[in-house]
Amino acid sequence: MPVRSPFFTSAADVRAALAGASYLADDQIAGVVHLADRLGKPVLVEGPAGTGKTELAKATARAAGARLIRLQCYEGLDEAKALYEWDYKKQLLRIQAARVGGEPRSWEEMEEDIFSEPFLLTRPLLEAIRATEPVVLLVDEVDRLEVETEALLLEVLAEFQVSIPELGTLEAAQVPMVFLTSNDTRELSEALKRRCLFCYVDYPTPERERAIVLARIPGIAERLADQVAQVVAALRGLELRKEPSISETLDWAAALVLAGVDEMDAERTRESLHILLKYRSDIELAERRLLGDAERRGPGQQRGAPQPTGRTEPQGATLPTGASEGGSRR
Amino acid sequence: MLATVEDFVAELRRAGLPVSLTESLDALAALTVTDLGSRRAVHGALAATLVKEQGHRPIFDTIFDLYFSSRGLAATLGTEEAPVGAVGGERDPDGGSAAAGEARGGGVDGEAMSPEALRDAVRRLLAGDAPSGTGGASTGPGGGVLGGGATGLGLAGLARRAVDAFAGMEPGRPVGGTYYLYRTLRQLHLDALAEEEGARAAATAPDALRASLARRAVRDRAAALTAELEAEIRRRLVAERGPEALARALRRPLPEDVDFMHATREEMAEIARALRPLSLRLATRLARRRRHRHRGALDFRATIRRSLAAGGVPLEPRFRRPHVAKPEIVVLADVSGSVAAFARFTLLLVYALSTQFSKVRSFAFIDAVDEVTGYFDRSAEPAAALARVQAEANVVALDGHSDYGRALVAFWARYGTEVGPKTSLLVLGDARSNYHAPEAWALEALAARARHTFWLNPEPRVYWNSGDSVLGAYAPACDGVHECRNLRQLARFVDELA
Repeated sequence: MPVRSPFFTSAADVRAALAGASYLADDQIAGVVHLADRLGKPVLVEGPAGTGKTELAKATARAAGARLIRLQCYEGLDEAKALYEWDYKKQLLRIQAARVGGEPRSWEEMEEDIFSEPFLLTRPLLEAIRATEPVVLLVDEVDRLEVETEALLLEVLAEFQVSIPELGTLEAAQVPMVFLTSNDTRELSEALKRRCLFCYVDYPTPERERAIVLARIPGIAERLADQVAQVVAALRGLELRKEPSISETLDWAAALVLAGVDEMDAERTRESLHILLKYRSDIELAERRLLGDAERRGPGQQRGAPQPTGRTEPQGATLPTGASEGGSRR
Repeated sequence: MLATVEDFVAELRRAGLPVSLTESLDALAALTVTDLGSRRAVHGALAATLVKEQGHRPIFDTIFDLYFSSRGLAATLGTEEAPVGAVGGERDPDGGSAAAGEARGGGVDGEAMSPEALRDAVRRLLAGDAPSGTGGASTGPGGGVLGGGATGLGLAGLARRAVDAFAGMEPGRPVGGTYYLYRTLRQLHLDALAEEEGARAAATAPDALRASLARRAVRDRAAALTAELEAEIRRRLVAERGPEALARALRRPLPEDVDFMHATREEMAEIARALRPLSLRLATRLARRRRHRHRGALDFRATIRRSLAAGGVPLEPRFRRPHVAKPEIVVLADVSGSVAAFARFTLLLVYALSTQFSKVRSFAFIDAVDEVTGYFDRSAEPAAALARVQAEANVVALDGHSDYGRALVAFWARYGTEVGPKTSLLVLGDARSNYHAPEAWALEALAARARHTFWLNPEPRVYWNSGDSVLGAYAPACDGVHECRNLRQLARFVDELA
């Protein structure tokens, strides 16, 4: 297999290049990207939603000056959508044309003709393999694939080749850099994991998040960025249904800047919590645990009583106020 | 270098991590392109190639610490170009202290501090009045909040002094690291100091938000100090006993092998985290009708209509959209004392299921049965929900000893009509019915109405049907009876569904 010259020279170089592509990598991420680049192995990027997994692949492509080819996975994705497909409309047309034009051709000739490259529709995986310029292949949300389709990825990622029965085996012109992202909704197969380098992208530390905010939100005061990062870190420490992602942090910071806030306090946080948290129950929880107890507020808005009261979704069931009520439903 | 990595991989395998041959070769290949003078880079390279599951990472980190810090990294890996001093130049605390470990022998900063001075230094560290950005950033989350040297010592230095002063480590004493850690923490009064500092920081804060942020910061610093103390003690034990002996002493089961019945609090927290994705998988598996059908039946009309474009040749057959069955899950869980630990897990599972799917109904029983769906509504925190189930649900009719027969009959009578052909029924319990009649007909009647019925039992299979366990009476009614003592078994159950 032809070897591609590495994109980067060292982990520090990766880090700097990614920073140039406006992605602030930590040591671990930069290290893994560097290894992937040098060893020519795919990277499996796992982590909670909204931590910049997809962005990592995009930024790497930008930093390396490579073309990004993206395969978005979903349940039901098959070979025809991931790898290649014969353009059978065009094939039919060819056959029709041959008949109308009265070309006398044997079946073998015709078969050879219609199963050749002009009739092949390349899908992302094949495209990445056949590319002659540097490419970064992003296989997004690979955990949504069925186990059977995952096996398909294996051949491609292990050998960087694709077998097409009619054409033979197509080998990669060069080893592309591959990122697979997963939200961990399904256990990936051992075989796939074995072939990949593993990188777990967690929520950033407050320092890194602060740096991200400073880099992405122009005109934000350092002090505010610091507080934003701390509040978000504290929120993620609560048991929320949906933890705020980095992009939500950025939205929040941008909103605060627009509102002319230069320092956070409890009241401003409460007013803008809905930018960070998308469930009413999460907002209530945050108000209770982070913004102080009910006593600290006016008597009129005592929502933070010890027992949660947000039973707004009946879920098609009686509320279990006791056995007698349940019994009376029959 | 080869030998060290081999030993290291062997130890990982002994600890239960599934490291394949290809992966260890990958690790070696990775090291050839890694800067061996940087401990952190080596750590990252090995982690990326050897550990493919985040849940295994803590175990990996512990073992890495044992094998790659005792003698300084460069010495371990046998490279001469990178002397130990280079390691100390790094910003990473472990590397720093490995170098400082050498210095300790030479007595450069080895002079002892009085207990009061130490506590004072810790207090200042907790209060965070230290120039930030000198120590800091350990591999763990939250480690980065730390400012470095409170007394110019840094976190690692402070930990070293504290261990010197308080742990009372003696060579050859056959005790584990926890004992020394406990001694150090107790004499340092870390908990009390953290509490005090937290309260003080909170009191000076202008409002509730900043107060809780300040408290949190202090807590994080205390946790980081504890972790550093633990690491320091471990380093010394490695120096004394060698990595292999210590690794044996520290070996813990992998998160997926922890028995629900005997899980510690931390382990339970890990299990709770792992349950989220698992419950999602469980619910989708239960919902799936047929495995390989991505499309529905042929849509004749649409195919014909479509074929008109191609002169009546049906080029592209059209299919109906597949019918997606909404998962409708009914969980029936034993919450009695005999399965108390399992019940906690059960309720966590129910919680995880119910936050992801609206059509989950849950029922708890001991000798009476009560619906507990409402306790798991979306606003509840798991801990609070669990407490409420135990305190408020009417699950005891007579004596609080589980009576499966009675509970099942009551369930059939009261909620039987709500189990329908779309319902998957999950029964969670040990089927220990205290010699009451099993009344298996009730479960049979339920199973006849439901689409699937599964029984998950937290007891080892060999104990089934012994003593007062009447699982044998119920098993024929179920589509499957599974032993479910740890996450691995639960995951296997989920995978076997469908």
